[in-house]
Amino acid sequence: MSSNQVIHALYDDDDTLLSAVKSIRDKKHHIEEVYTPFPVHGLDKALGLAETRISIMAFMYGCIGLTVAILMMNYIMIEDWPQNIGGKPSFSYLENMPAFVPIMFEMTVFFAAHLMVITFYLRSKLWPFKQAENPNPLTTDDKFLVEIELHNDEKELKSLLKKTGAIDIKTVKKKEDDE
Amino acid sequence: MYTFPNKLRNFSIVLMVIGFLGLTYGFLTAPSTVDEAMAMVADEHHGEGHTADHGDSHDTTADHHDTHATHDSAAAGQGADHAEHAGEHGEDHHGEHLLHQLQNKPWAALYVAAFFFMMIALGTLAFYAINRAAQAGWSPALFRVMEGITAYLLPGALIVFVILALSGMHLNHLFIWMDPEVVAHDKLIRGKVGFLNVPGFLFRALIYIGGWATYRYFSRKFSLAQDQANDISNHKKNFRISAGFLVFFIVTESMMSWDWVMSIDPHWFSTLFGWYVFASMFVSGITTIALVTIYLKSKGYLEKVNDSHIHDLGKFMFGVSIFWTYLWFSQFMLIWYSNIPEEVTYFITRIEDYNLPFFGMLVMNFIFPLLILMNSDYKRINYFIIMAGIVILLGHYMDVFNMIMPSAVGDQWFIGIAEIGGFSFFFGLFIYVVFKEISKAPLNASGDPLMGESERFHY
Repeated sequence: MSSNQVIHALYDDDDTLLSAVKSIRDKKHHIEEVYTPFPVHGLDKALGLAETRISIMAFMYGCIGLTVAILMMNYIMIEDWPQNIGGKPSFSYLENMPAFVPIMFEMTVFFAAHLMVITFYLRSKLWPFKQAENPNPLTTDDKFLVEIELHNDEKELKSLLKKTGAIDIKTVKKKEDDE
Repeated sequence: MYTFPNKLRNFSIVLMVIGFLGLTYGFLTAPSTVDEAMAMVADEHHGEGHTADHGDSHDTTADHHDTHATHDSAAAGQGADHAEHAGEHGEDHHGEHLLHQLQNKPWAALYVAAFFFMMIALGTLAFYAINRAAQAGWSPALFRVMEGITAYLLPGALIVFVILALSGMHLNHLFIWMDPEVVAHDKLIRGKVGFLNVPGFLFRALIYIGGWATYRYFSRKFSLAQDQANDISNHKKNFRISAGFLVFFIVTESMMSWDWVMSIDPHWFSTLFGWYVFASMFVSGITTIALVTIYLKSKGYLEKVNDSHIHDLGKFMFGVSIFWTYLWFSQFMLIWYSNIPEEVTYFITRIEDYNLPFFGMLVMNFIFPLLILMNSDYKRINYFIIMAGIVILLGHYMDVFNMIMPSAVGDQWFIGIAEIGGFSFFFGLFIYVVFKEISKAPLNASGDPLMGESERFHY
């Protein structure tokens, strides 16, 4: 609305970044996005982001994997083609369960891990050959970038950012095709 | 400074008195003749043939081929096995065997409880040494709690040693390989006499206990000295002896588990038994640290300990519970799958005669902590940690029970007055020793160079 301008503040330390994010938010500025080369512990809390629900999904995916494993093994080893392995004829799933536990475990992990990654990609709108949205290539190396919305308060904001230890501050016009 | 409250002291003494009475009752009611033993069993049971495999002079290779055999057919098979042997020895083998089992019962109740509480202190000592050797930044706030718990190690281990020595003097039949009669008729045990002999057994026990107690003594000494010191030389010394101790510990712990637990079943062996017992003691130790910490915090002490410390202990409880299950299953599945008679008899006894404790402990040690402690937020709520902790501790008591009882008392097990008495006695002693030690030093290890990091620890 009032502005399609943003400020890009660059930091070179994750601890400085964390305290900077806290003081920027204390002054009621809106942080659009933070780009970091690695996950910064506690940043999500400092940004006030809603807690991730991926762990709940992981649990459900794991349960699906466990169910699939049980049904699959029951069909393959008990119903369709029972075999006598090591003197243990397979006519009951329960009695042969110890032999199936490794598969049940692996399928649980497999489903949880893969579906979690796919969920993450979908939620972050990532797909192969997607153009990077990252505004500054330094954030893939060792710098941290905070993107803040501008509302005719450029001077005040810049002096605040300087105080928080930013090593570079730039005003950028936001591209329309971003979103 | 923490003062040992009179209420808690009295509570621990009451527990010890009750436990002592329970154990005394157990010893007094144990039968002394074959007839008495037969009469006791006839009263309680309906005269079924005994199904336990004691490994005495039985031939364990017979009649265990079919894992899926129903209870009845297995019992019949063993009965036949028995008759054969009774004929061989020309004596009432069954009656005498039963007598030994019933005489073992109070001893086994004593031994299980003594070992269990000793194991908690030893697991805590290992956890403490790992934190020292890793120079962990989060845990120094808990060091005094851990040092308090490990104070029980020396008295606890000495009690276990006395029980082992009494076994060596043939006051009980917990370790059948100590009986020269049995060894003379048993080719398998005869082959192990080089390792399994009473003098060597007791000598090894002294080395284990001596090593652990020495490390504990010096580590505590350096830890207290560090509070007053101007430099960190005590901290460094503690780091060095902790690293050395861990090497000593993993060897002696493994051998201790063969000696004190696995040799109760001298025919059977498992190569990962040492790890299995280690996982059990490790998770029990960590759980006890969490429970004692939460207790002290609720009384207004340990102001440096915050939610994140409890959260970390909760993560360890969760992780090591899974690790324990992994080892339990690794041991179980291979033996179940290969179905080699002399190995699988171990689990057949447990599944047939100990069905409830055997699978019950799996629920308590795996499924319950898995579901309760999986959620990250729950690990910060004291109520959940206490609830999960109590179940885990009882579950690992059952684990020790399952390791020792089947070979000691066969199918004559019962969690009765003697067993509860044994638990209560050592529980009381444990509380008494641990809280007395905690009251001897400031709860804040103020001189530790990593204390600041621990204080600010935040997840």
